[in-house]
Amino acid sequence: MDKIKNLADLRKMKESMQGRMSMRENSDSSEAIIQIKVGMATSGIASGAKETMNYLISELDKRQIKALVMQVGDMGYSYAEPTVEVTIPGKDPVVFGDVKIPRAQEIIEKYIIGGELIEGILPANYRSI
Amino acid sequence: MAVKMHILVCGGTGCTANASRDVIAALNKELEAHDLTDFAKVVVTGCFGFCERGPIVKIIPDNTFYTQVKPSDAKEIIEEHIIKGRKVHRLLYVAPDTNESVSDSKHMEFYKKQLRIALRNCGFIDPENIDESIARDGYAALGKCLTEMTPTQVIEEVKKSGLRGRGGAGFPTGLKWEIAAKSRVGEQKYVVCNADEGDPGAFMDRSLLEGDPHSILEAMAICGYCIGADKGLIYIRAEYPLAIHRLQVAIKQAEEYGLLGKDILGTGFNFEIELRYGAGAFVCGEETALIHSMEGKRGEPTFKPPFPAQSGYLEKPTNVNNVETYANIPVIINKGADWFASIGTEKSKGTKVFALAGKINNVGLIEVPMGITLREIIYEIGGGIRGGKKFKAVQTGGPSGGCLTEKHLDTPIDYDSLVAAGSMMGSGGMIVMDEDDCMVAIAKFYLGFTVDESCGKCTPCRVGNKRLLEILTKITDGKGTMEDLEQLKNLSAVIKDTALCGLGQTSPNPVLSTINNFWDEYVEHVVDKKCRAGQCKALKKYYIDPEKCKGCTACARACPVSAITGTVKNPHVINQLDCIKCGTCLEKCKFGAVTIK
Amino acid sequence: MDTIKLTIDNRAVEVPKGTTVLKAAEQMGIKIPTLCHFELNGLALKNRPGGCRVCVVEIAGRRNLAPACITECMPDMVVKTNSYRALNARRTVLELMLSDHPNDCLQCPKSGKCELQALAADMGIREIPFQGKLSQYPIELSPSIVRDANKCIMCRRCESVCHEYQSVGAIGAVERGFPAVVSTAFGKKLTETNCVFCGQCVAVCPTGALAEVDNTGKILRDIANPDVKTCVQVAPAVRVALGEEFGMPAGSIVTGKIAAALKAIGFDYVFDTDWSADLTIMEEGTEVIGRLKAYLAGDKNVKLPVMTSCCPAWVNFYEKFYPELRDYPSTAKSPQGMFGATVKTYFADKIGIPRRNLVCVSVMPCVAKKYECEREELGVNGDPDVNYSITTRELARLIKICNIDFKNLPDAEFDSPLGVSTGAAVIFGATGGVMEAALRTAVEVLTGKTLPRIDFEEVRGLDGVREATIPVPGVADLKVAVVYGLKNARTIMEQIKAGECPYHFVEVMACPGGGIDGAGQPYHHGDASIIKARHAAIYEADRRMPLRKSHENPEVQAIYKEFYGQPCSEKSHHLLHTLYFDKKIKFDLEK
Repeated sequence: MDKIKNLADLRKMKESMQGRMSMRENSDSSEAIIQIKVGMATSGIASGAKETMNYLISELDKRQIKALVMQVGDMGYSYAEPTVEVTIPGKDPVVFGDVKIPRAQEIIEKYIIGGELIEGILPANYRSI
Repeated sequence: MAVKMHILVCGGTGCTANASRDVIAALNKELEAHDLTDFAKVVVTGCFGFCERGPIVKIIPDNTFYTQVKPSDAKEIIEEHIIKGRKVHRLLYVAPDTNESVSDSKHMEFYKKQLRIALRNCGFIDPENIDESIARDGYAALGKCLTEMTPTQVIEEVKKSGLRGRGGAGFPTGLKWEIAAKSRVGEQKYVVCNADEGDPGAFMDRSLLEGDPHSILEAMAICGYCIGADKGLIYIRAEYPLAIHRLQVAIKQAEEYGLLGKDILGTGFNFEIELRYGAGAFVCGEETALIHSMEGKRGEPTFKPPFPAQSGYLEKPTNVNNVETYANIPVIINKGADWFASIGTEKSKGTKVFALAGKINNVGLIEVPMGITLREIIYEIGGGIRGGKKFKAVQTGGPSGGCLTEKHLDTPIDYDSLVAAGSMMGSGGMIVMDEDDCMVAIAKFYLGFTVDESCGKCTPCRVGNKRLLEILTKITDGKGTMEDLEQLKNLSAVIKDTALCGLGQTSPNPVLSTINNFWDEYVEHVVDKKCRAGQCKALKKYYIDPEKCKGCTACARACPVSAITGTVKNPHVINQLDCIKCGTCLEKCKFGAVTIK
Repeated sequence: MDTIKLTIDNRAVEVPKGTTVLKAAEQMGIKIPTLCHFELNGLALKNRPGGCRVCVVEIAGRRNLAPACITECMPDMVVKTNSYRALNARRTVLELMLSDHPNDCLQCPKSGKCELQALAADMGIREIPFQGKLSQYPIELSPSIVRDANKCIMCRRCESVCHEYQSVGAIGAVERGFPAVVSTAFGKKLTETNCVFCGQCVAVCPTGALAEVDNTGKILRDIANPDVKTCVQVAPAVRVALGEEFGMPAGSIVTGKIAAALKAIGFDYVFDTDWSADLTIMEEGTEVIGRLKAYLAGDKNVKLPVMTSCCPAWVNFYEKFYPELRDYPSTAKSPQGMFGATVKTYFADKIGIPRRNLVCVSVMPCVAKKYECEREELGVNGDPDVNYSITTRELARLIKICNIDFKNLPDAEFDSPLGVSTGAAVIFGATGGVMEAALRTAVEVLTGKTLPRIDFEEVRGLDGVREATIPVPGVADLKVAVVYGLKNARTIMEQIKAGECPYHFVEVMACPGGGIDGAGQPYHHGDASIIKARHAAIYEADRRMPLRKSHENPEVQAIYKEFYGQPCSEKSHHLLHTLYFDKKIKFDLEK
């Protein structure tokens, strides 16, 4: 291991380390940031939820949007998999259906950044724990 | 692909004792079996505090909090939660009040009222990985002090924060540093970390060292910079092997990064840290005794002055602080004294870590802001009294503290209010008692501890506490007199007045506070020969209810001293003179005829 | 000097900064009781643990009571030494101490001399309100010292002298809490430890926890035995201290009364160790001269410095701690040993009885001499040269047992031929005395000229380490050192080990001030003026002697002519010199 030579180096190192800790940091302050839950039951996985989730994580990271992307079990909307629930702080959760990559992009650009509602919103019919 | 999930598993002593290492191995094995090592990783952390239900496994990002996880649960956690996002419901914590399972640690009553400053990294980072510490601002405060602040400025900041010593006495930390800084300027000085945690049931310092060793090392270096010391010593009891291991790893990593050693961060400041092992004597928590023990001498206190700041380790100026005190330092530097001083009460700033134990639902390690009430701690964080029993008292301050009662439940707790209530903050032991606890027996328990742990140097502690204990034993044996109670009071007062060190001077506190708050119970033991809690064996009386006794003879046959007489199918009688109160008859009776009065 | 003004018991007082409350009160005539506190001013002995807590006083504004012995006076302090709170606490603390004490004062060796007993009497203790467990420790007998830990009050005085003054560390606090007591490591016997039997622990113990082995009974039995003859020898330091036991002022010289008392007790022959002290100078002085001359002649095998070997605790010390350096000390036996060897050969022959029928007793200021008597090499086939030794204190008891009015006893002379001595022998009893006596003889022998002066003031005094350069015209500048206290001796041994010792000749005594404060002397209870008075008396006794150089002792000259031939002759080597052994203690922790 190389020695850390000065305070600037230490700060640089902290920044480079931050990535590996951001998930824990974000989950620790989850109420304050955007939470995205991806339904990841067998049917969700079959309909491409994994790809959706990977896309969401990398895209949000690219755009430097602080968000917590987590997988959850079956949301109960088997007809509209993959399903994604987005909670913007201070707003009620909104569930989107049929979220493949193009719709995921739309969610980020329009709902998360722009604040507009888009098509594909599903009625809230479950209580998640 | 980046790892998307972290599985945090507690690697503290409590969970380790409950086989968390096997859980870790099983989880890793399952991750490998499912080829998920890129997707999720297991992180061994320090204590989550909820030791009651260990081993604890927490899934990030969703904060799912699994309790009492066994290695055999690993498969289900990976296959259901990690792969399919389905929580394993049977492992979730069930709130005792609502009987509902709680999925997210943020919704647990146990955590809601807590404010984790000292424990900020415990249960969050891998304590054996300095990178995770650095990512959480580790050593940033040291860097800031060394490059942007003078020692005097740092001391001023610590003074302004209002931080007081967390070891028990509550001496202002900044002031302590200032005295050490001004003492014999230019001479060799030492920074000592007192990790000789010895209160019965206390494990605050151990958890801190196990969960976040780098914060302690960093704070010691900051202290060294302030007082002009280039050497730090951590006095830790040898019975804390895990904490010792974590410290050894942390020191090595910090040295490799140049965050300890020569010319730290290119500032020319040198600081190295060594470990010194104690043999586990309670009195070695007293700073002069600690210093003697480190010097290889008999661990016993000496009269102050001289204070360690004047003449300490090897007769050099020495600053001694407790682990938890140090743990607060980097946060104060990073977030500022004003932020820290905004938490707590007027004279006690910040938070305090307590080891919550006894007859309470949520046993564990908690950190709360000063000024919280005992009621909030016991009923909200602690989840109330176990088994729905009635609260009787709470003991704070360990063997040096006292018992507080119902009437103290709504007092905001800080250093001064606890002393005013007849107890003390101590290092943070908090033991809750219910109606089944006998207060005389409790006083006896604590005094027994002090008698064992006294170093024997001064007469009042060596002989006086022994005599106090003998009088208490006489009372719980049903042989006490009212004169004995007077003698208890006088002897306690003299011991407080004459003992050499803090251990002796506070040793009668459990006796005095129970006498003050539970005088009736003492009188009952002495006059009525009765123990209302049924704890004092000699005062127990077993009776057979003639109405319920069927004359089955089971009790008479089982009685080891043949104290039960009676004929078949007729009610039996216990001869009180012969009875040794072993309770066998009670166990044997199938009809509930044996009762204790 | 900075001074501090304070109030003690409503009276103002001004004291130098750093003065303790105890000392400040003492200046005002207020005597606060103490037990653990001990200080022999100017003699390097001190113990200030602040542990017993009988000296507690009330200080205004202080949360608890303060121990007067270690609390320094502060400006404007208001001290109450006799408030009810302080008195009640002091009494309770004493009662606690007594509640774990055997309280068998009538049979206790310290009875009448015990500081705990005196304090209980002063405080008017009539009953002990605490009943409880009593400590139970086995009583240990050693050749010199009896240890009864049941009477230990953990004052730690013995520990301080053993560790800090002697650097021996044979005893110290063990265990903790109620069972805490001063003992040896792992409960070993003193003989199995580094103990050198100097007995300073006995000298400072306030209670009967440490005492000397009592041999008075043996003496009475032997004197009454018609089959044996008894002879006794008296060490120099005894004659300046014994009077204290009979109410005489410290420093009274009672040589004549001792001779008279010993005769009254019934010894057949009453001799003087001073005689053999002169003999020691002849032997040791000759050895010093021989080694010095060889060294000056360029002999690389010569070991210098020569070190004295008359202090038995010092001999034990180098056998136990520095066996590898044991050829530095002189091979000459101690005066006690030379006396014994001569009496059991020359004198037994002279009176025509076998050595086994002659009992030789010594009166010594020392408890280590008892150990020396038991050395196998200082006897023949199990018959010791000196059968046993008693201390000054035991002699006082013996005199009392025998109904002798010591104070009014007319003086008597020692018997001949082993009773005549010189001033050089008397000063053996004080630190620096052996050195001075040796110089008086050696310088004259080396130069062949009568000394212009007899007194070597430069080696006298009561400092723990003294060094001097004595010019010996035509030979060399003799570099000498005189030390007492084995910690100081250790420093010299370390210098030798490092090859940095600058001296030719070194005198070592274990006890503070030498034999005058030997552990067998009357208890001084921390009063250094007693030691100083004895010290002055030793040199006074020297001045009064008509002969003051050992080689001028006619009875010493006679025995060389009659028996030994020359100093360091073959016969004297056989009888007056000895060997030292490797007695290093190896602790085997595995066992």
